Amino acid sequence: MTNTLAALEFPPIGDLVEWEGLLLKGTPFEVNKVVILMWLSAIIVFALFWIGGRSAKLVPTGVQTIVESGVEFVRKDIILQTIGPEGMAWTPFLTTLFFFIFFCNIWEVVPGIQFPVNARMALPFFMAMLVWVLYNYVGIKSQGFGKYFKSVIIPPGVPKMLLPLVALIEFISTFFVRPFSLMVRLFANMLAGHLLLVTFAVLTSALFTKTVLAVILPLPFAMLVLLTGFEILVAVLQAFIFTILTAVYIGGAMHPEH
Amino acid sequence: MIDLVSLSFLAETEPKEFLTGLSSLGAGIGYGAAAIGPGIGIGIVVGNAITAMARQPEASGMVRTTMFLGIAFTEALALIGFVVFILLKCS
Repeated sequence: MTNTLAALEFPPIGDLVEWEGLLLKGTPFEVNKVVILMWLSAIIVFALFWIGGRSAKLVPTGVQTIVESGVEFVRKDIILQTIGPEGMAWTPFLTTLFFFIFFCNIWEVVPGIQFPVNARMALPFFMAMLVWVLYNYVGIKSQGFGKYFKSVIIPPGVPKMLLPLVALIEFISTFFVRPFSLMVRLFANMLAGHLLLVTFAVLTSALFTKTVLAVILPLPFAMLVLLTGFEILVAVLQAFIFTILTAVYIGGAMHPEH
Repeated sequence: MIDLVSLSFLAETEPKEFLTGLSSLGAGIGYGAAAIGPGIGIGIVVGNAITAMARQPEASGMVRTTMFLGIAFTEALALIGFVVFILLKCS
């Protein structure tokens, strides 16, 4: 019995998230599984919207239904709730962001692939930087540099004594913590989900023996199935949260608090 | 047999192994501690959102959106703890 349990070796985390390069080995532009999955997600998003919008009918059928409900969801549940009616110009960007992150995440539960692109830091980092540049640009464009900066660091209704402290906290939280937490939230959620699935898969395969230990095999297996369902929920939820936070930041930069 | 009282086993352990053990210990305790606050916080957020939805079902769409926002901000702390865990375990 001890032998079977000792055979349970959890692979080091480096083995779970690092993939060998397939093309352009040894250069900074090395292409591995993660990059190919990212390209695939971009192609899927493009193809989905291209097929859906190619011959738009008044009564949608097939792919057009999915695409239209997706756009409707972004408009009603994300933009109207956060930016307001004047934010409708952001629909294309936010819809693309939502669907791209969703397809990048959903590779986590696709059999045979099972790796979320966002479990590596690079893509969340890039998207968080993009959002950072965007909302600062929107703020400076709609309010002017001085007014935008002032509205960021001086929230209304703060006592004079506390102002230096609050200004410092607001400055750090808007310009440093926001992109960092946006990046870490997406990355860590996907990495944690991946590790969770790996843990239960390793347990299940280690218990797949002919000894008496096979009695408790259904437990980790049931957990594996349940967690796969849970990870689908997480993939949708993280795409939604990234998009809605982007909308909140853009909306906050467009109209300052009074 | 390890003599826990005199801690003489520390002298026989390699310093590097000892450090690895300590960092693993720190990683485990650190992540556990980082999960306490956000756990309570998410509980409060979701509990109050459910109360609001039960009182005013017609406002549940708005409440749900705000709830997810609140969860996202609260959860970030636990996730930073998780990243620290990974960094301590893997470096």
